[in-house]
Amino acid sequence: MDFVNAVVQGILLGGLYALFAAGLSLIFGVMRLVNIAHGDLIVLAAYLGLTTTVVLGVHPLVALIVVVPVMAGIGYVLQRGVLNHTLGDDILPPLLVTFGLSVIIQNALLEGYSADPQKMDAGVLETASVALGPLSLGLLPLLTFAIAVAVIAALQWTFYRTPLGRAFRATSDNQDIAQLMGLNKRHVFGLAMALALAVTAVAGILLGIRTSFDPSVGGGRLIFGFEAVIIGGLGNLWGTLVGGVILGVAQTVGATINPGWQLLAGHIAFLVILAVRPNGLFPRISG
Amino acid sequence: MNTDIRVSRTSNAAKVAAVLGALIVVILIAAPYWAGRADLRLMGEVFLYLALASLWNLLAGYAGLVSVGQQAYVGFGGYMLFALTIFAGLPPLVAIALAGVLGALISIPVAALIFRLRGAYFAIGTWVVAEVFRLVFAQVSALGGGSGTSLPTDIVRSMAADRSAREALSYWLALGAALIVVTAVYLLLRSRKGLALTAIRDNELASASLGIDIWRTKFFVYVVTSGLTAVIGALIFLQKLRISPDAAFSVNDWTAFVIFIVVIGGIGTIEGPIIGTLVFFLLRETLADLGTIYLMVLGLVAIVVMLKAPHGIWGFIRHRFNLQLFPLGYRVVIADHTKGD
Repeated sequence: MDFVNAVVQGILLGGLYALFAAGLSLIFGVMRLVNIAHGDLIVLAAYLGLTTTVVLGVHPLVALIVVVPVMAGIGYVLQRGVLNHTLGDDILPPLLVTFGLSVIIQNALLEGYSADPQKMDAGVLETASVALGPLSLGLLPLLTFAIAVAVIAALQWTFYRTPLGRAFRATSDNQDIAQLMGLNKRHVFGLAMALALAVTAVAGILLGIRTSFDPSVGGGRLIFGFEAVIIGGLGNLWGTLVGGVILGVAQTVGATINPGWQLLAGHIAFLVILAVRPNGLFPRISG
Repeated sequence: MNTDIRVSRTSNAAKVAAVLGALIVVILIAAPYWAGRADLRLMGEVFLYLALASLWNLLAGYAGLVSVGQQAYVGFGGYMLFALTIFAGLPPLVAIALAGVLGALISIPVAALIFRLRGAYFAIGTWVVAEVFRLVFAQVSALGGGSGTSLPTDIVRSMAADRSAREALSYWLALGAALIVVTAVYLLLRSRKGLALTAIRDNELASASLGIDIWRTKFFVYVVTSGLTAVIGALIFLQKLRISPDAAFSVNDWTAFVIFIVVIGGIGTIEGPIIGTLVFFLLRETLADLGTIYLMVLGLVAIVVMLKAPHGIWGFIRHRFNLQLFPLGYRVVIADHTKGD
C-alpha cells in the first residue's frame, strides 16, 4: 500500500516538476537557449508571491494575478535587453550570461529577504485532502497536477493554433527566413521568454505553497526541470509532463525505500534513461 | 631584395616573460620565509584557484566541453583524501596522488554517459552528475554523512613536525600544483593533440573533415582534466582540514567563480586564467566586506565582459599589442637584410 501511495504521490509531484520544465522546454524549442537562471527565476517568483500576499493580504493563488504579469514583463525585458545579445552559434555566451544572472538573482534575494526559509500560507488548501479508496490525496498536489495539465495544454494550443505559436515555430525553424517574412525575431524571442516566465511564476507560487524555500534552492529546481525535459524528449511539451511524472515517481518511491534516497533516486532514474534512450522518450527536435 | 623568411614560435615578449616568470616563481617558492601566515594561506588559495581555472579553460576554452559540474571532481578528490588517509592509513601525499588517479578513472564512465548530451544540455548534465556525487557522499556515514568530518589530528601531524612547517608544505603543494597544471596545459597545447584541440576550438566541423577524432580528443581532455581537478580538490581540503558534502560539491565555489575567472581573464588562452585569478582575488580582497553585493558585482562584471569583450582582458591585450607570453602560435618572421634599398 505504501508503494501504491508513493507512486500516486509521485505522479502528482510530477505535475510541479513539469511546470518547472515547461518554461525551459519552451525557450529551448524557440531559440535553443538553455537558461541556467531558470531555477532562480522560479524562486524569484516565489518571493514575489510572498511579498504580494504579505503586502496585499491576499491568498497566494490570488497573488498570481500580480506575479504572472510581473514575471512576464521581466522575461520580455531580460530577453530584449540581455539574452538576445548572447544568441548565436556559440553556446558559451548564453550559458555564462545566465550563470551570471543566476548568481545575481540568488544574492539579490539573499540581500532582500535573508537566508531564512520562507513559506506562503495558503490556509486550508495546504491540509485539505480527498479520499480515493484507501488513498488520501492532498488537495494542493491534485490542484498542482491539474494546473500543470492545463498549462501544458494551453502552451500546446498556443504553439500550434495561434498566430503567436506560428511565429514561434517559424523562428525556431529558420530565424533568417522568418525575419524575411516580416517577423521581428528579437520581439518573438522576447514574447517567448515572457510566456516562459509567466509559466515560471505559476510554478514558483505553487512551489512556495508546497514547501519552504530560500534563495539557494534555485539550482535544484533547475535540475529537476532539466531532467524532466530530457526524459520526455527535447521540444515535446506533453513528453515534458511524462518526464516530470517519471522523475516525481522515482523520487517518492526512492524516499519510501530510504528517506535519504529521494533526490538520488530521481537523478539515477534520469541517468538510466539517458543511458538507454539518449534522446529521451518522445523526442521532437534534436539538441 | 634579399629577405629571409622563417617561421618562428617564440618572440622577444615570450622570452622576457619566461625570464620574469622564472624569477617570480623563485620568489614565490621562498614565500614561507618572507610572507606572513595569512598571506601564505591566501596565496595558497590563489594558486589552487589558478589551477582550477586553467583546467576549466582547457576543458571549455579548447575542447568546447562547457561543464558546470567540475565540483564533482573537486569534491571527489577532497573526499578521497579523507577516505584514503582515514581508512587505508595512507600518507596524505600518496592519498592526494591516488585521488587524482581515482578521479580520472571515475570520469571515464561519467564521460561515456554525459557525452550523449550536446551543448548546453551537456553543461547541466555535468551538474546532475555532481549532485549525484554529493548525495552519495552525504550517505556515507563513516565520512560524517551530511554534516561532514574533520581530518584527524594524527594524520595532520604526520605531514610535518610543527604548524609552520605544515603550512609551508601546504603552500608549496598548492604552488607546485598550479605550476604543474599550467605547464601541463602549455605542453599539451604545444603537442600534436594540442594542435588538434586548437583546431577543434576554432572550427569543429573543419577539424573533423581533416581527420581529427573529435570524440576521442574530447574524451582524453575530459579524463585528464577530471583527474587533475581531483588532485586540486584534495589539496583544497588538505588546506581546509574539514570536509562536508555542501562545501565539497559547491557549484558556486568550484564552478561559478572558476568560470567567472576564466571569462574575465580571457577564455581559450593560457594567460587568461592567470590574469582572471589575479583580478578575482583583487576584487574579493577589496569588496569582500560587502558580502552578497560583492558576488552580485562579480556576476555583473562577468556578464558585461561576456557581452562586450568576449575574449576577456587578455584577449583585449593580445589584440591591442599582438602579444603572446606562452608561445603557442606560429608566426612568420621576415628579416629584411636590405633595409634602405
